[in-house]
Amino acid sequence: MAKQIVKMTLNGQQIEQLVDSRTLLVHFLREQMNLTGAHIGCETSQCGACTIDIDGESVKACTHLAVQCDGSDVKTVEGLAENGVLHPVQEAFYEEHGLQCGYCTPGMLMRSYRFLQENPNPTEDEIRTGISGNLCRCTGYQNIIKAVQSAATKLQDNETASA
Amino acid sequence: MIPPNFEYHRPATVDEAVGLLTSLGSEAKILAGGHSLLPMMKLRFAMPEHLVDINRIPELSGVSVVGDDIVIGAMTTENAVIADPILNEKVPLLPEAAKLIADPQVRNRGTIGGDIAHGDPANDHPALALACDAVMTVVGPEGARQIPASEFFLGTYWTALNDDDILTAITVKAFPNGAGFSYRKLKRKTGDWATAACAVVVALSGGSVSHIRITLTNLGPTAIRAHDAEAVLSGQTVTDELIKQAAEKAMAICDPAEDLRGDVEYKTAMAGQMVQRAIAEALSRAN
Amino acid sequence: MNAPVKTPEERQAELQGMGDSRLRKEDARFIQGKGQYCDDIKLPGMLHMDIVRSPIAHGRIKNIKKDDALAIPGVHAVLTADDLKPLNLHWMPTLAGDVAAVLADEKVHFQMQEVAIVIADDRYIAADAVEAVEVEYEELPVVMDPYAALEADAPVLREDLAGKNEGAHGPREHHNHIFTWEAGDKAAADDVFASAPVTVSQHMLYPRVHPCPLETCGCVASFDPIKGELTTWMTSQAPHVVRTVVSMLSGVPESKVRIISPDIGGGFGNKVGVYPGYVCAIVSSIVLGKPVKWSEDRIENISSTAFARDYHMDGHLAATEDGKILGLKVDVVADHGAFDACADPTKFPAGLFHICSGSYDISAAHCSVKGVYTNKAPGGVAYRCSFRVTEAVYLIERMVDVLAQKLDIDKAEIRRKNLIRKDQFPYTSPFGFEYDSGDYHTALEKVLDAVDYKALRAEQQEKRNDPDSPTLMGIGLVTFTEVVGAGPTKMCDILGVGMFDSCEIRIHPTGSAIARMGTITQGQGHQTTYAQIIASELGIPSEVIQVEEGDTSTAPYGLGTYGSRSTPVAGAAIAMAARKIHAKAKKIAAHLLEVSESDLDWEIDRFKVRGNEDQFKTMADIAFAAYQQPPEGLEPGLEAVHYYDPPNFTYPFGIYFCVVDIDKGTGESSIRRFYALDDCGTRINPMIIDGQIHGGLTEGFAVAMGQQMPFDEQGNLLGNTLMDYFLPTAVETPAWETDYTVTPSPHHPIGAKGVAESPHVGSIPTFTSAVVDAFAHLGVTHIDMPHTSYRIWKKLKEEGVQL
Repeated sequence: MAKQIVKMTLNGQQIEQLVDSRTLLVHFLREQMNLTGAHIGCETSQCGACTIDIDGESVKACTHLAVQCDGSDVKTVEGLAENGVLHPVQEAFYEEHGLQCGYCTPGMLMRSYRFLQENPNPTEDEIRTGISGNLCRCTGYQNIIKAVQSAATKLQDNETASA
Repeated sequence: MIPPNFEYHRPATVDEAVGLLTSLGSEAKILAGGHSLLPMMKLRFAMPEHLVDINRIPELSGVSVVGDDIVIGAMTTENAVIADPILNEKVPLLPEAAKLIADPQVRNRGTIGGDIAHGDPANDHPALALACDAVMTVVGPEGARQIPASEFFLGTYWTALNDDDILTAITVKAFPNGAGFSYRKLKRKTGDWATAACAVVVALSGGSVSHIRITLTNLGPTAIRAHDAEAVLSGQTVTDELIKQAAEKAMAICDPAEDLRGDVEYKTAMAGQMVQRAIAEALSRAN
Repeated sequence: MNAPVKTPEERQAELQGMGDSRLRKEDARFIQGKGQYCDDIKLPGMLHMDIVRSPIAHGRIKNIKKDDALAIPGVHAVLTADDLKPLNLHWMPTLAGDVAAVLADEKVHFQMQEVAIVIADDRYIAADAVEAVEVEYEELPVVMDPYAALEADAPVLREDLAGKNEGAHGPREHHNHIFTWEAGDKAAADDVFASAPVTVSQHMLYPRVHPCPLETCGCVASFDPIKGELTTWMTSQAPHVVRTVVSMLSGVPESKVRIISPDIGGGFGNKVGVYPGYVCAIVSSIVLGKPVKWSEDRIENISSTAFARDYHMDGHLAATEDGKILGLKVDVVADHGAFDACADPTKFPAGLFHICSGSYDISAAHCSVKGVYTNKAPGGVAYRCSFRVTEAVYLIERMVDVLAQKLDIDKAEIRRKNLIRKDQFPYTSPFGFEYDSGDYHTALEKVLDAVDYKALRAEQQEKRNDPDSPTLMGIGLVTFTEVVGAGPTKMCDILGVGMFDSCEIRIHPTGSAIARMGTITQGQGHQTTYAQIIASELGIPSEVIQVEEGDTSTAPYGLGTYGSRSTPVAGAAIAMAARKIHAKAKKIAAHLLEVSESDLDWEIDRFKVRGNEDQFKTMADIAFAAYQQPPEGLEPGLEAVHYYDPPNFTYPFGIYFCVVDIDKGTGESSIRRFYALDDCGTRINPMIIDGQIHGGLTEGFAVAMGQQMPFDEQGNLLGNTLMDYFLPTAVETPAWETDYTVTPSPHHPIGAKGVAESPHVGSIPTFTSAVVDAFAHLGVTHIDMPHTSYRIWKKLKEEGVQL
């Protein structure tokens, strides 16, 4: 079967790679690009551990072909911190004890990062719904919700400061 | 869970896509959002030799108003349906119901057309399309044709689409003024398909029902329109008793498949519950 | 220039020692996608293994055709049991004294059993090769019900055991019988029951569930044929035990086997066992001389790796008419699946199930557990609990509710009447456990006050009186005791190795430290909390203490992390190792300060000369001196190792309270309130404790309300993906309220008891208690889990409840 060339922006870098048609995006990222932040949990698009950002939308990379990303702007958890400075959602997950085993964390962070752009000032219920495509087995979500609330405040404070 | 290999095609136009489907024959499958197809391929229940990716055909996405018609591109994603101002104003049932489909990430990929074209009675859009009197625009080798929703769903995983057809748009009309609507979906958890679900659109005139649609999800081999239930309410001033009677009529046509969500008796009873609750909610919103 | 003198409070705070909600040391890598989990490991030349599995639950293998698979470019090998036979690796011993097939040998015993392996260049080719292996089966009758398995004419499941009438735990009475294990005093219990004014009985099924951590199991095995060394990264909760097992199985000396548990994406008991996949990857690496990776998919994980529970229980209580419990009898039929691969201390085939007298003062008790083979996957692990303690707590808490209903006594009142009193500790249970400490009554009243129990009961009565109420309201209450921290080596061992744990601490010359343990964190935050214990013991800031676990080549031997044993056992080893260092440090301080040891007082981070505040040596000063010029008679250096053999288990307890509202029309339940008071003794890091409790409650919620492994009559597991197997999202998960009391363990060096499993153990019967309570006015005494809407609706219908 023919290989395909994909060109994309991955965490801000232009890349060009040869992939099999069937290569799943999550395997492409993890094995071809050595970005192992996105994790594989269920493989049937329930758990969200593989959540990344494609063209400004949260996507589950286990149910997406690498070849479909041709021309896209892709961001993974490895691209969240900028110039060595943690993103406010990363800080907030750390400060609010929003993670335990860490396996769901990259997906949760990427979903929270995007969710807070969709809804900068969410209620608790909106957060619960907003992260309902991500499963966590450790935290019971309570501190994750606190972390998202805290990140929302941080992001709004940053906005105010830079305005 | 690894899919078998295949040839990948990415047409830029509907004509190009139809041409590919025609030349590749039954070994080709359309790749829309992929959240039904790719898991099937990973489990090797589906092993197409060719995938025709229609995600990059601009004419297939978005919502527009054409005269009295609201035309929804088949590749409009669920989240785009939820966010669309035209739909929220004129056909608010669709955005509200789309929020109950899958989860936020999946809704970024899953499309209204994919949900309909799959022919899965568990999918939500077929019943919604029936409730909205939708008309499907289908393009095949012979050109475009229109198929009303009422003639589109033929059986489980079986629709009026041929192998070389593409569903390109879903056309609906704005709800009557003051119409109320509701979609009640009982599910085990976020992301699940319905154990039972019911869509209702109702308009009142002088206190009595002037327009009513009652449709059901996952309660038979296809989505179902509950005509008899509608007839109970049509032209009537609705009472609790009439709502119960309508629910009974709806339950009478249910033919759900038993699965882990429940047996036939439970699902049928839940159909009754969802119908009652959807009617009540729709009425409360009608004016 | 003198640095400003810090106050004792400032120095104390700087340590971030015990009691401090210190932020987690682990998080920096996880929030940046830099954790290193098993599937993240990539070695040069690494091959991938995938597994051909049985589609049927019971059958004879007629033929395995490998040719088509071997013809696929990039496929290196296809191996079956016949290929492992010459190495004697086609079967392996289990932790429970049975054997389990590594690859199915002539017969398959459960759906998804491992039949063959393929090794290929990458996982895609391996998956194609799995599809290409053709296996022909002759189907055999399937036995899914453990009671049916014991019928005289039931099909013989384990032909390999023909003629073996003696198992690892006594005589086998039937070809599908594994063991019968008893505890307590049967005669005494029978006597009490014969004369008791009141007796109640209840049958209940604790269904088969799966721990389902978000990361599945896997490994990377790398055998170096030149050095003869085997290194394996593995998703293991017990790497040292695995090393011992691997050495025994492979013949590679234990000194040349290195097992590394990297970051682990949750375990919950699922990663205790040694699975065929691990063994096959290791064999493949040895045979091919290349690294081999195996990563299980989710369906394989749920279908074939260790399940939990599957206990069919009959409980009986004898009591006085005013509700004083006199006796307890329990009979269990335990479905162990096709091989007895339960992970329990060797002497206890039903784990610590005999904790089933719970928090109650009961004078006579007896329990009997009968293990049975069926055509289901093997396992029987402690899913976020100590060995079979969840089952035991469920049993006794259900029975106390049943008794209360029979006698029409409030469920709080009957507990008040029967809870072991504070003055009875240490308390010896009728099964011989010595409960170390507890204050149950104080905790119970604290919870009842916090939730305003009386008001809730009044509200419930109103709802019951109102036929138009759209909901039923149920109140659940549980007063549980766990037994954790296995365990004293006189009682507990795994394959003959006592269940001690260990710690090695080295203080570096500049006052920072490294500590290594025999446990392995899977999200519990050991790297954070272990450092806090050392910080408090030795006065070194947590921030400069590195904690390492999981690498058998560097860590001292330990039995791993499960059964809430890390804090009770390894936590004690840490304190004891630190105290050895402390003792040596004191000698060095005395030498440096030219006083005798008896003139020194310890304060936070330093030894001070008594009566002369200005004369002191900090631990950092002492560390440098230890490497510079130690006093005569002392070795240089400042380090210690301690292997801790606990004198007893620890007995954390809790009072859990739940209010549920049930929709009369749909059977949907809504957890309105869940209040969890835990007493885990000394609290090391309150932030982490709360996080552990939230997680345990959520797992308990999942088990009680939705998890099950349903099989059809042919032995097909229905629902083996995360679409069907219930892992709640943030939407379904209730908001949790937590509270605590502190009753330290008197025998533990720092008084800590362990906490992470209590919320799982305690919450499950609380949910059931609440759901049953919603129906209690209709005379319902018990409803089996899971409490799905569907099952609750069936109950509503049965009881004639209608909207």
